[in-house]
Amino acid sequence: MPAPPDTQAATSLSLEAVAVGALEDVSLNLAPGEITCLSGPSGSGKSRLLRAIADLEPHEGDIRLGEQPQATLSGHAWRRAVMLVPADSQWWAEDVGAHFDHDCQAGLEALGLCPETLGWQVARLSSGEKQRLALLRALSRRPRALLLDEPTANLDHATTLRCETWLGERARQYGMPVLWVAHDPEQIKRVAKHHVRITGSRLETTPWT
Amino acid sequence: MDVIALDWWQLGLAALMVVALAACTTLARLGVGRPLLIAAVRTAVQLTLIGLVLEALFASARFQWVAMMAVAMLLIAGREVMTRQRRRLTGGWSFGIGTLTMFLSSFSVTILTLTVIVGPQPWYTPQYAIPLLGMLLGNTMTGVSLAMDRLTANVWQQRSVIENRLMLGQPWQEAIGDVRREAMRSGMIPTINSMAAAGVVSLPGMMTGQILAGSAPALAVKYQILVMFIITAGTGFGTLAAVAATSRRLFDQRERLRVDRLSPPKG
Repeated sequence: MPAPPDTQAATSLSLEAVAVGALEDVSLNLAPGEITCLSGPSGSGKSRLLRAIADLEPHEGDIRLGEQPQATLSGHAWRRAVMLVPADSQWWAEDVGAHFDHDCQAGLEALGLCPETLGWQVARLSSGEKQRLALLRALSRRPRALLLDEPTANLDHATTLRCETWLGERARQYGMPVLWVAHDPEQIKRVAKHHVRITGSRLETTPWT
Repeated sequence: MDVIALDWWQLGLAALMVVALAACTTLARLGVGRPLLIAAVRTAVQLTLIGLVLEALFASARFQWVAMMAVAMLLIAGREVMTRQRRRLTGGWSFGIGTLTMFLSSFSVTILTLTVIVGPQPWYTPQYAIPLLGMLLGNTMTGVSLAMDRLTANVWQQRSVIENRLMLGQPWQEAIGDVRREAMRSGMIPTINSMAAAGVVSLPGMMTGQILAGSAPALAVKYQILVMFIITAGTGFGTLAAVAATSRRLFDQRERLRVDRLSPPKG
């Protein structure tokens, strides 16, 4: 049985006339609980756009979480709410568990990780395990919006499907708007409610065919 | 007991040992021969000149001359802190932070020591003020430059880790916490080590000098303990301020990591 949606925290994430790097005039409205996929050629500025939304990069334009403009929150408070999971996750402590402040046994199981993983050394993790743990680490902090940069790049097909299901469920459960950078058209079909594509310096909405 | 006078030819004998060392390292292709000789020449020239300056200064003992000397020492130390860094903060911030933190810690500790603890009349008597300030500045300079160099180098190296911590919503102080601790440690370790080894392994230079000059060892020891403590305080507070200011400068108002404020490494 799916968990009931947590509607109280549900907020949309909206971008208006955002400009960063070569990208100009990006306007986008991400509804709570829905996944929007972002695609585009390598080097077109997908990751930079996500960094701008997380306010890790200077940018122009107006970004709001619900009614709250980015600038009214401090940098870290904004990023705690609008969380970016990078393609290449970084780990600073020796053991995995030190990176988690909340209990997340259920998530480990859902992502196909063994329950003892939290006691392991970071050095022995595979790239696929790191990627799933990075998702879990971010989600365990209960962000209100999620930015994912190729979250399943290092995973086999079965695990990719698991992750997609789990992420979709979490998005609906917590009412999180999700912006998901993806290349695989099959994956975009499976997870996305909307699809936007970077062409040149613009963002285009792709109609479903 | 009078001090035994040293002649220039006696110094020449000591210099021969350095030349012999430089020759050996050059033959072994270890690449320190040249810098070794240059530094040795600098030592001889700089100390000879400062001897002349100090003689003039002691003879006049006017406040403005003492103050001018102190400012000159500070600026040279600030330049030295800057050149010892592989990755500097751009826009003169490395020189600024280094000089300001050394000024705040070394000058206040020296003035406090002169007015409250030692109490020469007048308090700026150059025979006390200049050597004390020199020892403080020299040690603070080492601490500040080691800490700033370690901080900027590690921030550059660990920029992805720091950014990932920011992405998880950590405040900038927490995201850079490990790097800051490491930098503070490398700035303070030489001072802590020299206090721990004092008297057991090494006889500190100032105490040795006083004993050679005829002071009673008990008094020389008291001065040495005083100097060790004020050096520790001066180095510690200077390093603390430099680490705080440098790490703050590496983040902007939105708590973004700004590695673009670091210059590319020289050389």
